[in-house]
Amino acid sequence: MEKLLEVKNLTKVFTMGSILSRVRLTAAEDVSFYIKPGEIFTLAGESGCGKTTTAKIILGFEEPTSGTIVHNGKDRAETKGKKVWQEEGIQAIFQDPFGTFNPLRVVDRYFFETVQGFKLAATKREAIELIDETLRLVGLTYEEFAGKYPSEFSGGQLQRVSIARALLTKPNLLIADEPVSMVDASLRMSIVNLFKRLKEETNLSVLYITHDLATAYYVSERIAIMFRGNIVEIGPVEKVLMEPKHPYSQLLRESIPEADPTKRWSKRIVLAETEEEEYLRVGCKFAGRCPHVMEICKTQPPKDIDVDGVLVKCFLYNGTPATPHE
Amino acid sequence: MNETILRTEGLKTFYILDVFGTQKVVKAVNNINLDIRTNEVYGIAGESGCGKTTLLKALAAAIEPPLRLVDGYIFYYVDGKPVDVSTLSPEAKRKLRLDYIAYVPQGSMSALNPVIKLKETYRDFIESHVSGKTKEETVAMAEQHITELGLPPKILEAYPHQLSGGMRQRVTIALAALMKPAIIIADEPTTALDVVVQRGVVQLLMDIQKKLKNTIILVTHDMGVQANIADRVGIMYAGKIVEESTTEKIYGDPQHPYTKFLINSLPQFGDKSPRQSVPGSPPSLIDLPSGCAFHPRCPHAMGICAEQTPELITLDTDHKVACWLVGGQHGKTA
Ligand SMILES: Nc1ncnc2c1ncn2[C@@H]1O[C@H](COP(=O)(O)OP(=O)(O)OP(=O)(O)O)[C@@H](O)[C@H]1O
Ligand SMILES: Nc1ncnc2c1ncn2[C@@H]1O[C@H](COP(=O)(O)OP(=O)(O)O)[C@@H](O)[C@H]1O
Ligand code: SF4
Ligand code: SF4
Ligand SMILES: [Mg+2]
Ligand SMILES: [Mg+2]
Repeated sequence: MEKLLEVKNLTKVFTMGSILSRVRLTAAEDVSFYIKPGEIFTLAGESGCGKTTTAKIILGFEEPTSGTIVHNGKDRAETKGKKVWQEEGIQAIFQDPFGTFNPLRVVDRYFFETVQGFKLAATKREAIELIDETLRLVGLTYEEFAGKYPSEFSGGQLQRVSIARALLTKPNLLIADEPVSMVDASLRMSIVNLFKRLKEETNLSVLYITHDLATAYYVSERIAIMFRGNIVEIGPVEKVLMEPKHPYSQLLRESIPEADPTKRWSKRIVLAETEEEEYLRVGCKFAGRCPHVMEICKTQPPKDIDVDGVLVKCFLYNGTPATPHE
Repeated sequence: MNETILRTEGLKTFYILDVFGTQKVVKAVNNINLDIRTNEVYGIAGESGCGKTTLLKALAAAIEPPLRLVDGYIFYYVDGKPVDVSTLSPEAKRKLRLDYIAYVPQGSMSALNPVIKLKETYRDFIESHVSGKTKEETVAMAEQHITELGLPPKILEAYPHQLSGGMRQRVTIALAALMKPAIIIADEPTTALDVVVQRGVVQLLMDIQKKLKNTIILVTHDMGVQANIADRVGIMYAGKIVEESTTEKIYGDPQHPYTKFLINSLPQFGDKSPRQSVPGSPPSLIDLPSGCAFHPRCPHAMGICAEQTPELITLDTDHKVACWLVGGQHGKTA
């Protein structure tokens, strides 16, 4: 099978000060997944679970403690230390579009700079044509965009502008780190529909990082659920989201509020007091909140088990796949 | 039906801006009549930029230039009697606002003072509301309050940056509930939080409401969150309430085409069929479309829609809609 991007056994350890003392926190622990050409792959999980850390390593903004990235068949170790991600055809968009652009600069400047930097056009006319063409992909035009400052766009427009800028260099992989968490449902749909269209029309691959599982189900084929640095479940969305196996995936799935007042949450949930507390657990990181916790979970980290085409990190499925007790 | 706790009448609050000598008027709240009751969760939903935050600022009596109260009234019901907020002196307004209404603005979890521990923030807050408490008493009060709401008291020893976003948001909401206000106004308290933490915040708001039996006015564009917590929902579009009803009716029997779009555009599990967002984009509040402001995006728009603005009419008990299609305002069309 052809793989555009492969993340292999990625580990990243941070040392940081906490309320109590200095701690070593493994923000990504033996993380592995791949993305096919023309595929939208979702990396989901709650805030602070290591999604951005993983994205930054793929982009080369951070060095991994161990593990490798293979992109386009090339091992990242060969290109170590060089900011090659753009040349390699990887582009990124982030959560807050207002943080992406300097409020005092007209937004089109960024576009002209990218065109110049990558020598994408020979003349200004060609540059404008290219920019206009790219903006049209996201439902905007050069006319309505030229000469404007960030504050003159709505949040959704500016997010689409930042997607257009990422698309200028015709990347084969777009890393989208929580591109929809600050926008309303209607704009969310227009952004994920855009990813779908670009995938179909230009064979773009997208690493869609989100905690919005409803749009993840809608746009992607496969999904990885991350919890405190670990991928705890990975497989096709039909399985992972429709019949989640890991107790954390089950909690995530149940916590999506349904737009139906007859299906209100009835069970109470427990939240972690602090992130570190969970990161520093020796056994399963979810043991403090898991309704199915067993003795072994507190002392040993669970390993990946293949259950019906889905990889699950949980002792409930050790050996013979057990059915979780209700 | 519970009694009224807050009411607006023909409320208009506009941002009046001076741009290079020409006046621009942003009609962010444009003729709104609300009747909010004791012991209810009233949800306000609508797309980004429709005026939700501006409406809350007005309800919290926090109207400051360039925002102006252009027309209409806001009444607070104190001991059952209406008080016209605009007639109060700034000092009286401030006092009333402190005891009666607590406002948790959008993004306020990032507004906790970063250089002091949370217990100091709590102490400052308590001291600005009640006099004559010793330092120990304020800390004890904060601890008891935090514990009652199911949060770990040790967070009082932390600085804001040491807590996760979800914990900061819950601490901020807990602080707003400290003086047992009759109304808590919360602006997008769950936006940008992940689903599990979001559920924790909703759980906290519900706990507070049950305990204080007070009123919560909740703004969020997340229709799933509204469905989970609100008793009644008002749908806002371009500075107006276009539909208002019990949560059951808003979701079970929506009447306004915009409400239907908001609900139907949500992706559903188990259904990958293409879904369209509301077509087009929200109008500029500086230059509103004529008639029904939704007409350029509405698939049912008729001649009259571009000419006259439909009134918010009462369909049946507790269900109001502003649309020419509904309630015999203009013969039914499919
Ligand atoms: N301080 C201000 N000066 C001028 N215009 C403003 C100001 N604050 C808001 N506006 C404008 O008023 C309108 C309504 O803004 P408001 O913040 O009430 O929207 P909202 O519904 O809360 O949106 P969101 O969901 O994005 O928070 C928008 O057109 C906005 O640009
Ligand atoms: N530069 C850093 N130094 C220390 N800790 C960090 C750094 N970046 C992230 N972390 C920690 O690593 C964990 C994962 O963070 P992050 O990757 O940003 O999560 P997510 O994107 O899933 O919200 C968090 O506990 C965070 O505080
Ligand atoms: S390994 Fe144990 S604690 Fe972890 S999710 Fe599975 S049952 Fe729960
Ligand atoms: S009044 Fe007309 S344009 Fe407005 S929502 Fe109703 S049908 Fe659509
Ligand atoms: Mg992140
Ligand atoms: Mg707002």
